[in-house]
Formats: sequence, structure tokens, C-alpha cells
Amino acid sequence: MNNYLLMRDEFVLLGIILLLLVAEIMLIGKNRKAVVGIATGLFIVHTLVGFLPLAEGTMFGGSFRTNHLLHNMKSIMNVGVVILLLQTWTWAREEWSHKGRVTEFYFLIFSTLLGMYYMISSGDFLMFFLGLELASLPVAGLVAYDLMKMRSAEAGVKFILMAGVSSAVSLFGISMIYGISGSLYFSEIAQNFHLSGLGALGLLFFMSGLAFKISLVPFHFWTPDVYEGAPVPVTSYLSVISKAAAVFALAIVLFLIGREFVSVWKPAIYWMAVLTMTVGNLFALRQKNMKRFLAFSSVAQAGFILLGILSYDQMGMTSVVYFSAIYIFSNLATFGVVQVISLKTGREQMDDYNGLYRTNPKLALVMLLGLFSLAGIPPVAGFFGKFFLFMAAAAHGYYWLVIIGVINVTISLYYYLLVVRAMFLRKSDTPIESFQAEIPVKIGLALAVVGILFLGLYSPFYDFILNLTTNI
Amino acid sequence: MGDFTYTIWIFILPIAAFLITGLFGSKMPAKVSGWIGTASITVALMLALRTAYQYFIQVGFVEGHRPTVFAYKEVWMNFTETLTFDMGILIDPISVMMLVVVTFISFMVHVYSIGYMKGDKGYYRFFAFLSLFSVSMLGLVVATNIFQMYFFWELVGVSSYLLIGFYYDKPSAVAAAKKAFIVTRFADLGFLIGILLLSYHAGTFDFMTLVSEDGPLLAQSAPPVFMGLSIFGVALSLIFIGGAGKSAMFPLHIWLPDAMEGPTPVSALIHAATMVVAGVYLVARLFPAYHGVDGGVVLNLVAWTGAISSLFAAIIAMTQDDIKRVLAFSTMSQIGYMMLSLGVSGMEGHHGLGYMASMFHLFTHAMFKALLFLGAGSVIHAVHSNLMSDMGGLHKHMKITSWTFLIACLAISGIPIFSGFFSKDEILVAAFEHNKVLWAIEYIVAGITAFYMFRIYFGIFWGKRREYHHTPHESPMVMAIPLMILAALTMVVGWAIPFGNYVMPDRMAYHGHIEWSLAIPSVAIGALGIFVAYIFYFKETSLPEKVSSAFGQSYGWAKDKFYFDEIYQFFAHKMMFAGVAAPIAWFDRHVVDGFMNGVGWMTETFSYLLEGWQSGKVRQYGFSFVAGLLVILFAVLYLNGFIDFKG
Repeated sequence: MNNYLLMRDEFVLLGIILLLLVAEIMLIGKNRKAVVGIATGLFIVHTLVGFLPLAEGTMFGGSFRTNHLLHNMKSIMNVGVVILLLQTWTWAREEWSHKGRVTEFYFLIFSTLLGMYYMISSGDFLMFFLGLELASLPVAGLVAYDLMKMRSAEAGVKFILMAGVSSAVSLFGISMIYGISGSLYFSEIAQNFHLSGLGALGLLFFMSGLAFKISLVPFHFWTPDVYEGAPVPVTSYLSVISKAAAVFALAIVLFLIGREFVSVWKPAIYWMAVLTMTVGNLFALRQKNMKRFLAFSSVAQAGFILLGILSYDQMGMTSVVYFSAIYIFSNLATFGVVQVISLKTGREQMDDYNGLYRTNPKLALVMLLGLFSLAGIPPVAGFFGKFFLFMAAAAHGYYWLVIIGVINVTISLYYYLLVVRAMFLRKSDTPIESFQAEIPVKIGLALAVVGILFLGLYSPFYDFILNLTTNI
Repeated sequence: MGDFTYTIWIFILPIAAFLITGLFGSKMPAKVSGWIGTASITVALMLALRTAYQYFIQVGFVEGHRPTVFAYKEVWMNFTETLTFDMGILIDPISVMMLVVVTFISFMVHVYSIGYMKGDKGYYRFFAFLSLFSVSMLGLVVATNIFQMYFFWELVGVSSYLLIGFYYDKPSAVAAAKKAFIVTRFADLGFLIGILLLSYHAGTFDFMTLVSEDGPLLAQSAPPVFMGLSIFGVALSLIFIGGAGKSAMFPLHIWLPDAMEGPTPVSALIHAATMVVAGVYLVARLFPAYHGVDGGVVLNLVAWTGAISSLFAAIIAMTQDDIKRVLAFSTMSQIGYMMLSLGVSGMEGHHGLGYMASMFHLFTHAMFKALLFLGAGSVIHAVHSNLMSDMGGLHKHMKITSWTFLIACLAISGIPIFSGFFSKDEILVAAFEHNKVLWAIEYIVAGITAFYMFRIYFGIFWGKRREYHHTPHESPMVMAIPLMILAALTMVVGWAIPFGNYVMPDRMAYHGHIEWSLAIPSVAIGALGIFVAYIFYFKETSLPEKVSSAFGQSYGWAKDKFYFDEIYQFFAHKMMFAGVAAPIAWFDRHVVDGFMNGVGWMTETFSYLLEGWQSGKVRQYGFSFVAGLLVILFAVLYLNGFIDFKG
């Protein structure tokens, strides 16, 4: 018998999606701004429900599996989405005022999130691939959400083409693995999947699909164009939640079936880590547009996470989850500020941020904390996240990788400080004028700041994740 | 062993001051934020003194050794089952000494800044940053483990960055702040990797376990892995790189002179007395490990780095016109002494003299160098310039500053009864007994030091008379009093404190005495330096009328004077400046600086080259996707032997 309660997270989210569709119909001819409040409120409830403990187990003969680690990964993503929804409050309401549509946004966001849930919780490749597609296709709609903007539409097309390529390659890889092992279930594959040339081929083809979603070099080319073209909330979502989900999925699948293929995927991940950190940094160094800048910075950040995956043990898994959680908060803080400013003033260039501290000191401080966390400066959380990743990698003897990583951290410090300099030290003749954000947006930013300040110093959080990873 | 739990307040108070002044400073009158900061550090100083009294006097020796006490030691995070991150307060001779030094200098700087920063628009921000710095530095010195130290180490870097860039309207200050931050971060790269190596191979972060005789480092002998060093030797060398970066040792010193862009009290606190000696403290903290691992090879590296830095910096100091830069190079030179002294030290009894001397010099140097900086600040405050060429004849305008500055100069030159004499003498003795070459270098540096210090002393307070826009006047009492207190201490601490009784590597009492056979020559070379400076700078312009009226009739004397001038010209400008110092300064500016700039330039150029990749064409992206995948694929398959290109 299936214990359907195991799918609680998925069912609740699905329920919310359906409710939104109903609400959309009910509100025809009325003020549909209410959808913003309904969607955000329902999702907060969903997140709170998600905190309740959930049993471990499998369903549908092992297609779907859940345990404390997977469940809490979803919760971490939920918290990120809550912050994101709060930050997009004003944007969504204005979207309705100007264009008369808003439900689609939530519908698409929640659909991709549902896909990510299934991707993480999958017990076989079929479920995994369904999840992957569900998590990818609606993104194209989100990216092209600004129908009036050429760039947005272009970005949408680019994304769907590239996602198509990557899905095809990935599916090709899955079919090879199936051909060799005779099964789609991870548990069975793990038993019959022995080191062979075809197996290696299949595994790498499969990994490229996730590498695409995490935007690892050389699968990252779509990232800056899409990030720049998409509306800021979507960029924020892509660079934070979507990336974290793909990282989780990659780590889990490799843990489940990659045991005998260590000599195949480890070198691949190793070099992707080196390239991703370095190329991401070198590009970020030269960006003038804040969205593009953060896009490349997030490419570089993903490279660091690979250090944890490489160590391939409990410590590595812990540091991956820990870093991802911190990364979500840090990036949401920076993207949140960019979003608020972009919405109020339409300005997105780094030079526009000159003198921000004088006109909007609080926003500048939020941005500062976010950037410090991304740069890994104590005492904010990012420092601990990076430190533990380096520890995990060093414990397995990846000293050169750690050295490259630390050099990249130093380079990244340079460009993060460029923004700090613009905000605090530069003067501007036309500074961004002083303004007040709406309350939900402020709460969204405040939550991100709380995470940045406390996740690192509050050590039980780390212990909690460490306990989760005893069973992957 | 006594209860030290109250030491936690030494941290809580400045943190509270930081939060209050930082968050609400803009809403309260400027003065109040200054008083809050000063009050908190005053109490912290009292507590630190009480800690010192309790530890050194009341607890004293336990079974002949000074004990290690943990006031707090909490497991903050269990990284794995065996490896934990702790946070705590470690009480032992050097940490207690540093507590006193940091709180005391910080206190002096707080009081002084109330006057110095008066009217500055960032007044409250300044005091908030000072509090933040004090907390970070205190957290660093009481660290019970290397992780805690690294954490505060980075935090010290952040607050230093904030304080150097305090005058953010000045582009040079901003550039300097960034340079300091990034150069020290590069050095910290070594530190971090060293920590990772140590933690993995030794299985602990804890200082006491790392340095204990039956600990993982000293009990077992690890096989050599790199250039004859064992893995622990490599780790300790890397950690030393971090220390060398923070302590501005050659060639990682390039940030220190630029850091002088910060407000002068900051230079006194951070770039003279406390933060820059963190590297020395780090080596001292791990000293038994440095001494024991691989037969002390790494310790030799420490000694030579110190010696080269101190000579290099002393020579450059002679050529600088900006008084703060002279003092910066002088700081680097004196820290070189401390490093060298640690480097030549042994563990037991008399052999541990170098360690003791190093800490002693750290202690005395903190006082007299802070005094020099604060005195320089007082002069800059009065003249509104950093350049020595804009100063001269200030003695009659600023009596207090002049006298206190003279005392500090005498101390740094190693003239008896002043504190620097005692500590420097011990260093020279330790060096002499270990390696004559090192001793000779430091001996020469002692002479150069006396020369350049008195060059600025005579140049500022005597020398040529200057016309000032408005008559310079003595600084207000709130600035003058710290000068007087520091001067009084500089005269006293050298002979009044039996330092060997308190701080020795083996923690036993040691009764040092002055080795007159070495002390007399070093006093002589110091005096010679002062004398040469006197001839060159005291007389040069301020006394020409008197000289000509007294001796003007004498053709011979005039000729002699001319002769002296020639020597001076030749010696100072041709030989010393053009022949020695200028090439070194050139090397510093072009090679060392150029290398750092080159790294920046290369990354920038490289990123231009890469830009072409990001064309915006989907076709191209798809191609890169597949091409990238294939490259990885072939590489991995080849590595695994699935593809064989030969057959």
C-alpha cells in the first residue's frame, strides 16, 4: 500500500496551483490583485506545513522516495521561494495594474517548483526526467514573461532551445544507462551499473543536463543572456532556487548510482569546478549591468559547490546543503535589492548605484551584507559556507582545487568590492532617489538578512544538516 | 586556578559599543558616540589589567610553570565526530600580555581621537569602527584554536579595510583600503590552506593539542613531502605566509605604506601597535610547533624573512619625505626584529631568550610606536601636511609633542633607560648566540633606525624655520595627555618589568640581565646614527646664522662646513639614495608592486579575450554545449582507458 502522506509536500503544492486557477476564474471582472496576496499567503502556509516532520519511505514501487534530507531540502527551497514572493510583491501588483495579468506568474513558478520536488525525490530516471522537464518548460514562459520586451522574448526562445538540447542529450544518456543496467530504478541501477565505456558515456550525457541547469562551464552560455532578458524576479528565481534544486539533484543521483563511476565523474566535476569558478569570475569582473554581474557571480558560486560534491561523503553532502542554504539567502538579498531598485527607477547599471548609501542607506546595507556573504567575509554566513566546502575538499586531498578556489574567492572579493565602492564611496550627480519599499518587500529583504547574519553563527543549523545527511 | 569568567566582558562591552554607535550613532550627538566608545574600552582596559594581575601575580606559577587557563571553551560546532570548532577565551602569558596591549593602546587612541577627529562628519562611524576593530583583535589574541583565530583574523582585516578607507572622499584612501584588503587576503590564502592541511592531518584545531609535546605534530615524525618538509612543515610555512602578509613582511609589505591614508590614530592603533603584530603573535602562539617540526627549518625561514624585511624597510625609511610613511617602514623594520627574534629562539631556559625578547619588543614597540604615530598626528593636525619638507622648527610651538616624540625616538634607537633599549638588546643577544650574520644585519639596522628617526625628529622640530599660514599650536589636552602617558611608560616599562619572569616559551621564570659586551656596541651605533642625523638635519638650516656668526671668521671652518655638505651630498644623495635606497625603492615600486598590478592586468586582459565567447547566438551556444561535452567525454574516457589512441 502506498502511504500517500509521503507526498504531502507535492500534494499541497499541487493543491495551491489548482486553487490559483480557481481563484483566477472566480475573480474575473474583479480586482485580481488579490491573487498576489492569496498566492503568497498560501505558499507561506505551505512552507509552514512543510516544517512539520514527515515519515521516510518510498512510493510507487520506489519511483518516489522521501527521507528527512530530501524533505528538508524542499523546505530550504520553500523558504527561499517565500522570500522571493515577498520581494516580488510590488512587482506582481504593478504587473496586474499595467498588463492585467498576474496569476500566470505564480502558476508557472509553482509548477517549476513542483518539478524540482519530483526531481529531488525521484527514485527512478522516469520520475527524474518528468521532474526535470516540469522544472524546465515553465521557465521558458517565465523568462518571456515581459511580452512587450524584445529581450525578454528573445531570452525565452534562447532558453527553450538550449533546454531542449540539454534535455535531449540527458535523455540519450539515460537511455544508455537503461540499456546497460536494464532498469530505470536507481536502487537497481546501483547494483548492475559497473564501470564501462558505454556506462561512462551515459552518465556524462545525463550529467550534462543538470550541469546545464546549474550553469556549469561549458554549459553556461545561456545564463547571462537569459538572466538579463528575464524580469528580475525570474532571474532571481533561476539563479537561486532553480540552481539549488539542480545541485541537490546532482548530488543525490551521484550518491545513488555513481559509486562505481567515481573515476569517470570526479575528473569531470573537478575540471568543471575549476572552469566554472574561474570563467564565472573573469566574466563577472567586467560586467556593468547588475543583473549580468550577479548572473556571472552566481555561475562562479556554483563552481564552489562542486567542491562539496567531489568529496562524496557525509561531510561533503552536509557542506553542499549548508552552502546552498546560505547561498539562497545571500543571493536573494542582492537580487532583492536589484529588483526593488529596478522596479522603482528602472536602473540596472552598476554606475547607477553610485551614492546609493546616501539616498537609501538601508538598501545599501542589505546589499553590502549579501555581497559580503557571497564573497565569504566573516562574520556573515557565506564565510562558513565556503570554509566548510574547502574543508570537505581538503579532507579528500583536493589541495590544488582548494588553492584555485581560494584564489578565486580573492578575485571575487575584488569585484564584489566594486559594487560596495559604488554604493558607499562614489558620488553621483543623479543618484537613485530615496524611496520606501512596501512592507512585504521589506519583510522579504529582512528575512534574507536574518539568514545571512544567523545561519553561519547559529551552529545548531549546521548540526541539524549534519544529522540529516547520515541517510541520503 | 582562579575564576576568569569575567573576561567575557572585555568582549561584550566593545561589541555593545559597536552596535550602539553603529546603529544609533547618526541619531545621537556626535560627542556621545565618542564617549560611549571610550567608556567601553576604559572598562575593558580595567578588566584586562585585572586579568593580568590575577594571572601573573595571584595565580603565578603552578608547579614551576605558568599555567594555561581556559576562561571559556565551548564547542561551537561539531564538524565531524572527531573534529570540532570551538570558541573560547584562552588565558596564558602571551594572550594576557596582548589583552593589555590591545586594550591599552585602543584606550589611548580612543581618548586621542576625541580631539583628533573633532568636527569630522564621520565621527560616530569612526568610533563604531574602532570598537569593531578592538573586538576583532581581542578575539584573535584569546583564540583557543586556529579556526577561531582565522575567523577573527579575517574580521580584523575587514575592520582595517573600513578604517583605512575612512576618508572615502579621497580616491587614494579608497585605493589603499582595497589594496590592503586584497594583498592580505592573498596572504591569507596560504593561512587558510595551512589550516586545512593541519586540521586534516593533525585532526584538531586546538592550539594546546597542536603544540603539546605528545600532540600530533611533535610526537610523530612525518615523512617529507615537499622540498624536505613534512606535511606539517608545509602547513606551518603556509600559515606563516598568512602571518607575513598581516605583519607586512617582505615581499607582502606593499600595502602598509599605502595604508597610511587612514586617519592617523588608526595608523597608531592598527598599523603600528596591534594588527600588524598579529603575524608575530601567530608564530608565537604556535611556537613549539615551529620549533619542533622538521627540526625548525620553518623557523629559519621566519628568521630570515624578519632580517631581510627589517633591513629593506630601514633603508627605504631613510628616503621618504612623508613622515607617516617613514613610520610605516619603521614599523615594518621593527616587526622584522620581532620575527627574527622568534626565528632564532629555542625552547628551554636561556635558549628561549629570543621568544621572550620578541614578545618584549612587541610590548615596548606598541607603546613607543603608538606614541610616534600619535605625535605625528599631533604635528599633522597643527601643520595640515604629512610632508617633512613642509615642517621644521616646531619645537618652540609644540613643546609637549616635541619632548614626547624625542622620548619615543630615543626608545626606538635603543638608548638606555628607554624601553626599546632593553628589548632590542635581548633580541641582539639572542641573534648573536644563534647566527652572527643575522646579528650583523640587525646591528646595522639599529644604526640606520637611529639615523632615520632622528632625521625626522630634527627635521620636524628643529631644522629650518618655516613660515606657516597660521602659527602652529600645541594640540588640545585630550590629545596631549595620551602622549604624555605613553611617553612616561616608554621611559619606565623597559627596566621596571622583569619580562623574562612573565613570558618564556617554557613558561618558567627566567632572570635576564643585560649583556653589556653586546649592549655597549649597539648603544654606540645608535648614538652614531643620532649624531649623523644631528649633523645633517639639526644644523643644516636652523643654525647657519649662528654658526656663521660664531665661526664665520674662520675660513677653515667654512671650508670644513662645505666639506661636510659635500660628504652629506655624496653620502646621502649619491651613495645612499642613488646607490642603495633608490634601487631598492625602485625594486619595491616596479617589481613587487608591478607584479601585483600585473596580476590584475592579466586577469583584466584575459577577461577581454573571453568576451568574444559570449556572442548572444544560440547556434554558437549549442555548439559550445556539445563541443564542451565531447571534450570532457573524451578526456574522461581516455583517463579511464576506454579509448586508446595508439591502437
